[in-house]
Amino acid sequence: MKNSTTDSLPFEKKPKTAGQLAKRIIPCLDIKNGRTVKGVNFVNLRDAGDPVELAKLYSEQGADELVFLDISATEERRKTLRDMVRSVAATINIPFTVGGGISSIEDVDILLKAGADKVGVNSAAIKRPDLINELSQKFGCQCIVVAIDAKLLDGQWKVHLMGGKVPTELDLFDWAQEVEKRGAGEILFTSMNNDGTKNGFANEALSKMASLINIPIIASGGAGTIQHFTDVFLKGKADAALAASVFHFKEIGISDLKQELKNQGIPVRL
Amino acid sequence: MKLVIIDYGAGNIKSIQFAFKRLGIDAVLTDNPEQIKNADKVIFPGVGEASTAMKMLKDSGIDLLIPTLKQPVLGICLGMQLMCDYCEEGDTKTLGIFKVDVVRFSDAVKVPQIGWNQISNLSSLLFKGIKEMEYQYFVHSYYVPRTSQEIATCNYEKVYAAALQQDNFYGLQFHPEKSGKAGELILKNFINL
Repeated sequence: MKNSTTDSLPFEKKPKTAGQLAKRIIPCLDIKNGRTVKGVNFVNLRDAGDPVELAKLYSEQGADELVFLDISATEERRKTLRDMVRSVAATINIPFTVGGGISSIEDVDILLKAGADKVGVNSAAIKRPDLINELSQKFGCQCIVVAIDAKLLDGQWKVHLMGGKVPTELDLFDWAQEVEKRGAGEILFTSMNNDGTKNGFANEALSKMASLINIPIIASGGAGTIQHFTDVFLKGKADAALAASVFHFKEIGISDLKQELKNQGIPVRL
Repeated sequence: MKLVIIDYGAGNIKSIQFAFKRLGIDAVLTDNPEQIKNADKVIFPGVGEASTAMKMLKDSGIDLLIPTLKQPVLGICLGMQLMCDYCEEGDTKTLGIFKVDVVRFSDAVKVPQIGWNQISNLSSLLFKGIKEMEYQYFVHSYYVPRTSQEIATCNYEKVYAAALQQDNFYGLQFHPEKSGKAGELILKNFINL
């Protein structure tokens, strides 16, 4: 609202009220043939498999962003995904990222034109790193999220391909620095050691990555309790935390989570 | 109420059109100068790189049209930056409606700024009903330093101008179309100007 006291002051005398960038909470939805998979447990949904309905619910509960990960492998996947993206964009008023199988400028163009805010690239960028430069130059770095799946093996974090199925010789931290140089706007790092364990995020690797790069990091893999989110921000130095099942199965409510983070002094949007 | 969104090929404008649709307004996407001139309200969007976007504007001749518009014009994100004098990104001379240069965040902070940040020092009808320190969604690497034309500020690395106004021209650094209910209210306020 208009503040008359502030307005009447000359420009130089206006108080410098300082806000703060909030830490983000991001539910992740796995999509197959335009439907959410892995199951969700929401009594107040008519159709728990409908990504649009679920997206709307999370948005209303205070999610800061959403990630859709497409795992379908059909001929029509591109068209189905585009239609889903269009419906989601028409319905929700928070940003969302779409990833899974994206390997060309054309793939990205279709999704952004349908209303996606960002795209996630993973395996295709490892196979052909120039893709990151090309996408960043064409669409701007702000919409290019490079997803990295990595596993700690014999003391070294190795990057994996194809949703974690295929190990590579790439070192996580080298690759993170390289994707930043090539124009990634954000990194979504999933620790395969932590994913699915509900024992907390890979905070040591996350904070090491944060000390090496200067773009935002989204932490993924291991969320089980509210304390894990507190830790990933305070110890892991993450900018955002992504989780799936703890939200889908209502083990953690987004508003409860954000209230507790706020109580711990972590800046969040309530 | 004729609302047009200037479609000059820069970035994702679908989201803005969807946001107005949710408010019950059918916005027209166009690069037709007559249609833009005759609209009641004009949205000037943009994401991506400044020099590329400026080139696309010039190619369509819209660079000359925008400064002559008399109805309320709202620049969003790169749209706002292109309405300033100059942008460091791509060493780009821009439209010169707002007498200020756009500069890059330093490496003291993560660049781009991505996420929800708070707006304050709100001083425009555009923010009617919006409380001080409300969160809005930001995605940008370049920013407008504090200036007498500011109507809102944000804090990232330093306090900077999050919104600008000069006569009928308005600019928002953040994305109201992606900023939940508060963002929707700002778009509604623009429609009601």
